[in-house]
Amino acid sequence: MTIDTNAGGPQHPEPSLRRDEAAAGDARSAPTGTGSRFTRLLGLALIIGGAAVAWLAFVATPPDVVQGESVRLLYVHVPSVSVAYMACMLTTVASAVWLRRRTEWWDLVASSSAEVGAVFTAVTLLSGMVWGQATWGTPWEWDARLTSTLFLFLLLLGYLGLRGATEDRTARGRRSAIVGLLLVPNVIVVNQSVNWWRSLHQDATLFRTDGDFRIEGLQLFTWVFATVVAIGFFVWLLVHRFRVGWLADRAEDRAIDEALAVRRAEGGTGGAP
Amino acid sequence: MTMWGYVALGWAITAVVLVSYVAALLWRGRRLIEQVPEGERRWL
Repeated sequence: MTIDTNAGGPQHPEPSLRRDEAAAGDARSAPTGTGSRFTRLLGLALIIGGAAVAWLAFVATPPDVVQGESVRLLYVHVPSVSVAYMACMLTTVASAVWLRRRTEWWDLVASSSAEVGAVFTAVTLLSGMVWGQATWGTPWEWDARLTSTLFLFLLLLGYLGLRGATEDRTARGRRSAIVGLLLVPNVIVVNQSVNWWRSLHQDATLFRTDGDFRIEGLQLFTWVFATVVAIGFFVWLLVHRFRVGWLADRAEDRAIDEALAVRRAEGGTGGAP
Repeated sequence: MTMWGYVALGWAITAVVLVSYVAALLWRGRRLIEQVPEGERRWL
């Protein structure tokens, strides 16, 4: 997925991440899943990284002066929303490129990123509801940040639903790409909602216009490290989801070819009218 | 519920959602790859 093997080309790109591996692949058995050496190594690193994040979050870091122990939810909630933003941005970029190039590769990047983004947005909402119950005494308020995040989640679900409801691949790509373009504007609304409207949700902790960081030391390190691990996890999921999408397209092509072959055979045996 | 309870619940929900998605994704891949000829599986 890191190589656009078909830029500007026909609709059946090779999904291979590594041409050298593909060239050597003939001598090895065919894969039985979407994993590869790259994803296995990355997965191993992420398991170690995830364990380190858990240790830092639960053992090494101190409770917050204001929020107490509940600050430990920050290390899952904020990295989740960071990845959700990133996924939406990638979907929008890939959608825009698809509208220009119309290649399967960009369509798969956009749709894969949207699905992974929906999962991380769901995690953001759920972990946020738990954090809200712990600090505000309520899991949900119809305030600007929470409502706009919910709208982003629904937009992602709509994007995925639209793809599922459209059989023709070109129409599916065009319709979903148009919806995909709406994601980044929505992310901007979510991100700025605490500045544009009065909100129960706190405003920015790190990237503040006044330059006053509200987190430091080991807490800041844990937050950044957790975000790096979450981004790595996003890449791992994206590669696997891309391959699942590519396999689904090939399986669909194969089913159509087989159906056509059966139809031709029926026509051949039936004789001329 | 104690504050530690909320923390554990938030982390547990996150883990369950992500692990479930990973399992579903890997299962979908294994199911679909059986429908694709071996010669076309190119991320070896």
